[in-house]
Amino acid sequence: MLKNLCQKMFGRSLWVYHANSGGCNGCDIEVLNVLTPYYDAERFGIKLVGSPRHADVMLCQGPAMRSTARALRRAYEAMPAPKLVFAIGSCACGGGIWHDSYTVLGPVEKIVPVDFYIPGCPPRPEAIIYGVAVALGLVDKKIAPVQFKQLEMPIPRYHPADLAGQGELVVYTKAEKV
Amino acid sequence: MSLLSKLHEAVLCLKAGRVTLPYPAQPRPAPAAFRGRPIFDAAKCIGCAGCANNCPAREILVFDVCQEIRILKYLGRRCTYCGRCAEVCPEKAITMSQEFETATNRISDLQQRLELFMSTCQRCGRCFTEPTPLEQLKLKGYRFDDLENERWVFRSQAYLSRETAVDDVRIELD
Repeated sequence: MLKNLCQKMFGRSLWVYHANSGGCNGCDIEVLNVLTPYYDAERFGIKLVGSPRHADVMLCQGPAMRSTARALRRAYEAMPAPKLVFAIGSCACGGGIWHDSYTVLGPVEKIVPVDFYIPGCPPRPEAIIYGVAVALGLVDKKIAPVQFKQLEMPIPRYHPADLAGQGELVVYTKAEKV
Repeated sequence: MSLLSKLHEAVLCLKAGRVTLPYPAQPRPAPAAFRGRPIFDAAKCIGCAGCANNCPAREILVFDVCQEIRILKYLGRRCTYCGRCAEVCPEKAITMSQEFETATNRISDLQQRLELFMSTCQRCGRCFTEPTPLEQLKLKGYRFDDLENERWVFRSQAYLSRETAVDDVRIELD
């Protein structure tokens, strides 16, 4: 539903505003790479603007920090109504490697609602383009949570039905043969 | 002269052709040395929690549900793909894949959760200890992280709580 809404609302031009709230500049450089003619984000209609009042999308880099949280919130509130927020990099997605420092509040989603996450430290320019393409509905996302479960406990005392024999000689039938 | 140089420039520009990558339409594999998302192999993992103890971003959580089952959860939100977990893993159960197309609209898509069977001594019902103190140091385990709130719990405490941490240990005093 969000995808349809995005396609309808944003059409083919996204004007991005680039907000760094205390990152190390690694993700900024990757975002600038995306805007070069080699990767050419303008074929998706992406254009970098200097003011949040002109922007549809805010690209957040860096964690939410004590000193910049209020400014980030104000920049988000200055954007006109159909707006998207991208969290780019490990800091914006989860608080970064200094997540337990006293200056770091945590991920950006503590301050502004985040719509798309692009993890990586820093993410490759291709990964950022992929995230934008996922947001625009050009490609499907490839990732899903993984879970492994232990279906059967390989211990005899949990399986009394598999114990064969009587008296002193009791054999666990499912035991691996040496 | 300036006309010639402009013509020369035009020829250069025409020679260059198209430089833009056709990226989302065509795949572009990462270079060989690239470290992407770590992939956990439940068949190889022995549950020593070495990765959890060495993760700089504290993204791998360990919780012992009961004596035999240990849950290992990789969250992947603030993972910096440093590859330390793959480096310390004694069984090479963690591989750093080339996967970088991990953009998603739900952050919980990134997590991996393993339920591991921990073997115990058939007589005393406890986990094996390693033979030498050095090897015991290497295999720090038994962490009780907060899996629901996805929080890493510090192992050392500045104070001693009055209630026993594990219910089965009860010391009777005279």
